[in-house]
Amino acid sequence: MAVSARPIAPAASLSTRSAPVVRIQVTVNGSPISAEVEPRTLLVHFLREVVGLTGTHIGCDTSHCGACTVHLDGKPVKSCTVLAVQANGRQVRTVEGLEVDGKLSAVQEAFVEAHGLQCGFCTPGMMMTATALLARNPNPTEPEVRDAIRGNLCRCTGYVNIVKAIQLAGKKMQANPTGPGGSP
Amino acid sequence: MSAEAPHVKGGLGQSILRKEDARFIRGKGNYVDDIKLPGMLYLDITRSPYAHAKITAIRTEKALKVPGVLAVITGKDLAAANLAWMPTLMSDKQMVLPTDTVMYQAQEVAAVVADSRYAAADGAAAVEVDYEPLPVVTNPFKALEPGAPVIRTDRKEQSNHIWHWETGDKAGTEEAFRSAEVVVGQDLYIPRIHVSSMETCGCIAHMDSVSGRFTIYMTTQAPHAIRTVYALVTGLPEQNIRVVSPDIGGGFGGKVPVYPGYVLASVASIKTGHPVKWVEDRSENLQADSFARDYHIHAEVAARKDGTVTALKVKTLADHGYTDAAANPSKFPAGLFHIITGSYPFAKAFVEVDAAYTNKPPGGIAYRCSFRVTEAVYTIERMMDILAHRLKVDPAELRLKNFIPPDAFPYKSALGWTYDSGNYAGALKKAMEIIDYAGLRREQAEKRRRGELMGIGISSFTEIVGAGPSHTFDILGLKMFDSAEVRIHPTGKVIARFGTKSQGQGHETTYAQILAEELGIPADDIRVEEGDTDTAPYGLGTYASRSTPTAGAAASMAARKIREKAKKIAAHLLEVSPDDIEWKDYAFRVKGVPTKSKTMQDVAFAAYTNHPQGTEAGLEAVDYYDPPNMTYPFGSYICVVDIDKETGQVKVRRFVAVDDCGTIINPMIVDGQIHGGLTMGFAPALLEEIQYDENGNIHGGSFMEYLVPTAVETPHWETAKTVTPSPHHPIGAKGVGESATVGAPPAIANAVVDALQPYGVEHIDIPIHPWKVWQIIHAGAPKTG
Repeated sequence: MAVSARPIAPAASLSTRSAPVVRIQVTVNGSPISAEVEPRTLLVHFLREVVGLTGTHIGCDTSHCGACTVHLDGKPVKSCTVLAVQANGRQVRTVEGLEVDGKLSAVQEAFVEAHGLQCGFCTPGMMMTATALLARNPNPTEPEVRDAIRGNLCRCTGYVNIVKAIQLAGKKMQANPTGPGGSP
Repeated sequence: MSAEAPHVKGGLGQSILRKEDARFIRGKGNYVDDIKLPGMLYLDITRSPYAHAKITAIRTEKALKVPGVLAVITGKDLAAANLAWMPTLMSDKQMVLPTDTVMYQAQEVAAVVADSRYAAADGAAAVEVDYEPLPVVTNPFKALEPGAPVIRTDRKEQSNHIWHWETGDKAGTEEAFRSAEVVVGQDLYIPRIHVSSMETCGCIAHMDSVSGRFTIYMTTQAPHAIRTVYALVTGLPEQNIRVVSPDIGGGFGGKVPVYPGYVLASVASIKTGHPVKWVEDRSENLQADSFARDYHIHAEVAARKDGTVTALKVKTLADHGYTDAAANPSKFPAGLFHIITGSYPFAKAFVEVDAAYTNKPPGGIAYRCSFRVTEAVYTIERMMDILAHRLKVDPAELRLKNFIPPDAFPYKSALGWTYDSGNYAGALKKAMEIIDYAGLRREQAEKRRRGELMGIGISSFTEIVGAGPSHTFDILGLKMFDSAEVRIHPTGKVIARFGTKSQGQGHETTYAQILAEELGIPADDIRVEEGDTDTAPYGLGTYASRSTPTAGAAASMAARKIREKAKKIAAHLLEVSPDDIEWKDYAFRVKGVPTKSKTMQDVAFAAYTNHPQGTEAGLEAVDYYDPPNMTYPFGSYICVVDIDKETGQVKVRRFVAVDDCGTIINPMIVDGQIHGGLTMGFAPALLEEIQYDENGNIHGGSFMEYLVPTAVETPHWETAKTVTPSPHHPIGAKGVGESATVGAPPAIANAVVDALQPYGVEHIDIPIHPWKVWQIIHAGAPKTG
């Protein structure tokens, strides 16, 4: 088969060789990460492909689905809509940072117990949004929960059990305020 | 070791927590895009801005100059290897890349391979293509008019008509209509919608040029079928092909077909010798992957004045886009649309479907439903309401009057299906009681007097799932059995592998529960694996609610084969004849001396350490289960809506779903499946639709316009069950993943139409968005039917 091709050079992971790069330092789940990235690199690609944390997912290209939600300095953001360079010098927390010292956070436990996930693809983003909600409102009503997760789409669960899981997590956090995942 | 064991931990009917969740809640799932292989390259695709155009030139020079870009693949390159076209699952053909003509907007035109994701995207944007626009046909009725531009000039027919399919007693049905006391008819359009699983499609293809081993990690619901199709199409030896379906982020039917991107990544890997990853973005997924529905239906029901239905006839035009790439069993080009007589004993019925090509991407896959069952259920449940309206009887009363009675099962429908079991009135009466139907009707009457708009809608659906008996069901000739391979290790722990592939349904948990029940081994001790064609037994995969009816049944049958052998070992251990042993309360017991017993774990250890001389060691079995019949889950849903007269906004105030999926394996998971299915029924009823303008431009090609429900619009679902086991399934289970997607749309549409009765409305096509409702309210009393 005739394909117009050039010889293959050693593969770079994300940035192309000749593009300008910027060195950034980001604290991810408590660990400082230093790396060179193209200025256009999205935070989600930085996390997934440079840092190697693939729990943060990509579900759309218009900032609607929320699968890529992480915390930036404690606030939930859609990491497909933040440039990696904007995270320079800041704290990022991903789903991999919810479990502390082998102990699941209240939100993680509650998602399992209330069957708040099915395929698991939206789950990391959903849990990050839920964690941020509960940090500011540990006892949300059903409409408050539904409003808080309106930027996180789920195609499997119909949301009923996600709402239950988040309310259950709030109760768990109130019962054990020093447990992991208690703050964003 | 022997003990009384009236329950086994994690057996049938227990809401145990899911095994698969441990990785998902930690961000440790393993989806295709999470996999990174050494030396991996990335592929991106240049797509057509035109819906129909001649390609006069493709220039790749600029793309090849983009740093990191290694190769550009065009249709001409593929044609040289005879790979420009590939077969569809319906024996039509589909372009991998066009050699001269594009036939829908967003169609693949060229593929760019690069050493990074960003370079591949830059390269795809730098490919220059010259087009000469051709006349576009997006309306299937116009496509069939004389003189319409022929889309598929490659076919000898030189026509946009693909096929005609019909079933039933045409003459008898016509006769029944001639003598009918009442006839109602309605045009119904079910628009294009998209499954839009949260994970898009993608793959990593890797041809190892030294060993000749081809591995593809792929978002597929049917890995084994893919392996065989790959072998047949490419000529690669099947033992050298390994298809791995890792964690799948939702499927719903959208991950059954083979898309051009998979083939392009495969070609790119064969060409470069490197692993090549292709992952589409959301807009590509919405614009180019196969669609569901797009059925233009005309239905007529004949009845007696007392409301007894007598005959049904249905004429449908199916819009398949530019190729028939539906995923249907070979014998049924319109899927199982002929379940359309529903829950009612029509004596006569006739259904015909014609399929047409248009300048749209391939259509005709499922959207969380068994082959076209949603189209059928929507039609019959809307028609029952239209009949009730015409006869001025309550829609619940009309259904209760007509239901196939419980003692009529197995029931042979006028269109040839044999329903296995059902109690339709039982489900409807339960739903009416839970929601206080009589109270709601009183409330509605009062509100109508005050000029408020409240509606109540019912849907009493019958599904047909679990394809299927091999005498009737195949895909590309591959029979639709499914399989389980169960192996008990010496310490009494189990590994079980299946030919299906979970995409969120929880198979790792529910299959373990079936085996726990059959083997007396706790579900925690049973590991379930699927999705790797090197290790799992052959099966046709997970879609059409077939996993529990087929592979779930295979789990039972394999376990029972193991029990047969284990019984002999138990007899040997207990020093009695196998005839004196019975399997009771999860152990092998000496008849009449139940305390003298051996557990499956005792037997498993002996199978490797102390098996009877002259018998085979080990304890395992494989079962390829060929179901004797389909299963027929059913249910009744009641929806209550309130409509804001100022905005036309429909609010679902309550929704009660009574489902009957036969024996329930895990109530928690069943409810989860129903919640999700209801939401995917709610979505097309009120929100989702893909439209095209006259130039073939897509409207709904991103999440900006394609309205997947958020938690805010989605109602709080209320669920309940009746249990009518399937008489032919080993544990009586029927499958549940799709019932709610099928049952919900007509309940919602019926409720909205019911609310708008003061305006004389008999039908509104879905999705019923506020603008449609507002126009009705503010235009006096229009006739939309």
